[in-house]
Amino acid sequence: MHTPNTYAGGPDERGHFGPFGGRYVAETLMPLMLEVERAWRDARADAAFQRELSDWLRDYVGRPTPLYHARSLSARAGGAQIWLKREDLDHTGAHKINSCLGQALLARRMGKTRIIAETGAGQHGVATATVCALFDIPCTIYMGATDMARQEPNVFRMRLLGAEVRPVESGHGTLKDAMNEALRDWVASVDDTYYLIGTTAGPHPYPAMVRDFQSVIGREVAEQMEAIDGRPPDSVVACIGGGSNAMGIFHPFLDRPEVALTGVEAAGHGLGTDAHAASLTGGRPGVLHGNRTYLLQSDDGQIREAHSISAGLDYPGVGPEHAWLKQAERVRYATCGDDAALEAFQVLTRAEGIIPALESAHAVAHALAAAAGLPADHRMVVNLSGRGDKDIATVRQALEAEGRA
Amino acid sequence: MSRISDRFAALRQAGRGGLIPFITAGDPDRDTTARLLAGLPAAGADLIELGLPFSDPMADGPAIQEASERALKAGASTARTLDLVREFRETDTTTPVVLMGYYNPVFVHGPERFARDAAAAGVDGIILVDLPPEEADEFTGPARAAGLDFIVLTAPTTDDARLPRVLANAGGFVYYVSVAGVTGTRAAEGTTIRDAVDRLRRFTDLPLAVGFGIRTPDQAAEVAAAADAAVVGSAVIGRIADNLDADGRPAPGLVDDTLRFVGELAAGVRKQRGEAP
Repeated sequence: MHTPNTYAGGPDERGHFGPFGGRYVAETLMPLMLEVERAWRDARADAAFQRELSDWLRDYVGRPTPLYHARSLSARAGGAQIWLKREDLDHTGAHKINSCLGQALLARRMGKTRIIAETGAGQHGVATATVCALFDIPCTIYMGATDMARQEPNVFRMRLLGAEVRPVESGHGTLKDAMNEALRDWVASVDDTYYLIGTTAGPHPYPAMVRDFQSVIGREVAEQMEAIDGRPPDSVVACIGGGSNAMGIFHPFLDRPEVALTGVEAAGHGLGTDAHAASLTGGRPGVLHGNRTYLLQSDDGQIREAHSISAGLDYPGVGPEHAWLKQAERVRYATCGDDAALEAFQVLTRAEGIIPALESAHAVAHALAAAAGLPADHRMVVNLSGRGDKDIATVRQALEAEGRA
Repeated sequence: MSRISDRFAALRQAGRGGLIPFITAGDPDRDTTARLLAGLPAAGADLIELGLPFSDPMADGPAIQEASERALKAGASTARTLDLVREFRETDTTTPVVLMGYYNPVFVHGPERFARDAAAAGVDGIILVDLPPEEADEFTGPARAAGLDFIVLTAPTTDDARLPRVLANAGGFVYYVSVAGVTGTRAAEGTTIRDAVDRLRRFTDLPLAVGFGIRTPDQAAEVAAAADAAVVGSAVIGRIADNLDADGRPAPGLVDDTLRFVGELAAGVRKQRGEAP
């Protein structure tokens, strides 16, 4: 296929990444989408906004996060040197807060007085509730009833932070249902409410905007590697649910062809089963939640439930920029199942004393396998997108089921 | 002339607004929908809106969400929805049928193939809730070629600057979403609706149907007097839901009771003589 001049120039003015992306929303929301887009463009070009955002990222989130050379983990893999981008050290324990801060500042700038968000595992909900506490903005978080039962501590955390958590009973009570419900709220509250989407999905400008806010991850990696030995990493690996941590770390390297980029989707119980979350590898193009992208769906266009041991990857779609990067063959998309992620979770914990989020463990699992076949001077950066405290109960349950704990 | 324009011309001649009841195809099962469709014209439906079931109806309130869920559980699909229209057309060749749904099933079916298949089945128009004009080109061309009206939605948030863009591809009639919100929740004030209709008339000569939040014969009458037709969805679906047993199976009186309710709505619309525009 035709090779574009740049892989980093998207989206076009209507929010399209090649055939993907766009703005598929009800007419009631369209004027608001155009308003969000204008506000985002203004803010992006406004040095004062950017300065305020980087001050908050430094003083409140704790940026820059370390790029850590995981020597023991590298030794276990036996090949490439693995470096961990420590997004698990961000305030609230995951990369989500990077975009939440940016969007909350944008909502304030737009004069919105209420924020809504969807959450699956609760990480994005916690990050949203956190910035809303910080800026004293009333907030409502939609969360599937099934997920609320699975992630009870995060529900309590959000409520402590002052958020209203509304259970979503419709569908299967998981992330996609929570997103449907947040959209239903928004369509009835367009005047005063900002919808703070958690990933690089949804209608334009969200995929590009969330990517922009998360790209601080990749920019730091580029600077940090440059400072270490004067060149970019040889490869970058990140897990993909909706794809925000991956877009954030990939984007600054899209036009550096010498940097190999790999996104790792959740294969759950296996791609041959119905129980996985690998939309790019096992799905096909469709339209959901405001954008055209790869979706897990039936032949009739009905959306399927996704499955992953990691609730944060448990979504039947994926950001449209990933769909395009797959088609353009700039990023390679691999998969990792529940078992391999669980194994990598334990390996990293024991080798480095770092407990990763189960989401990030998918990237670690891929890195361990890939590093083994690479030379010792290959520098592979893995985005450690979150910490694993929230997953302790899930891991314990899984290990007990296997009779290993 | 199409069935839709013929019907609105006849309504205008009769000096009244029309009633457009909405039901979801396959809710709670195929047979019930077939019987409802067959009975709707005699009950007083001037046009029929038929919901194309989708797993994620994010612009709909609980009533239509549940209808979609029931239908999919009972095996509804895009092909079966078109089949229901084909069957309806065997006995009724004049009542317009408009599909309403979300874009993904249409996109997956293939926009061109869908437009052809729908027109061949006897569908007259289609409303796609999540396909704004900015994204609609790949569907509006094939729809036009197949003779299918692309019915656009306008909302209270669609301002004068945007309206021409929204109306550029419009065919059949224009659907005005009278409240910013999902289906089946609150109703707009009569005066608000009249103002909105007056505004829209300045931009289009197409007939105007108004929906969202209309639940009673009186409300339907008021709306039909101000606009060219009133759409009643969630309240009709509510009658269907009221006639399901604990396992979701239709009670024997479901079809009669639902059609009786549509009859009451129709009587309301008919006793209100709106002024001809």
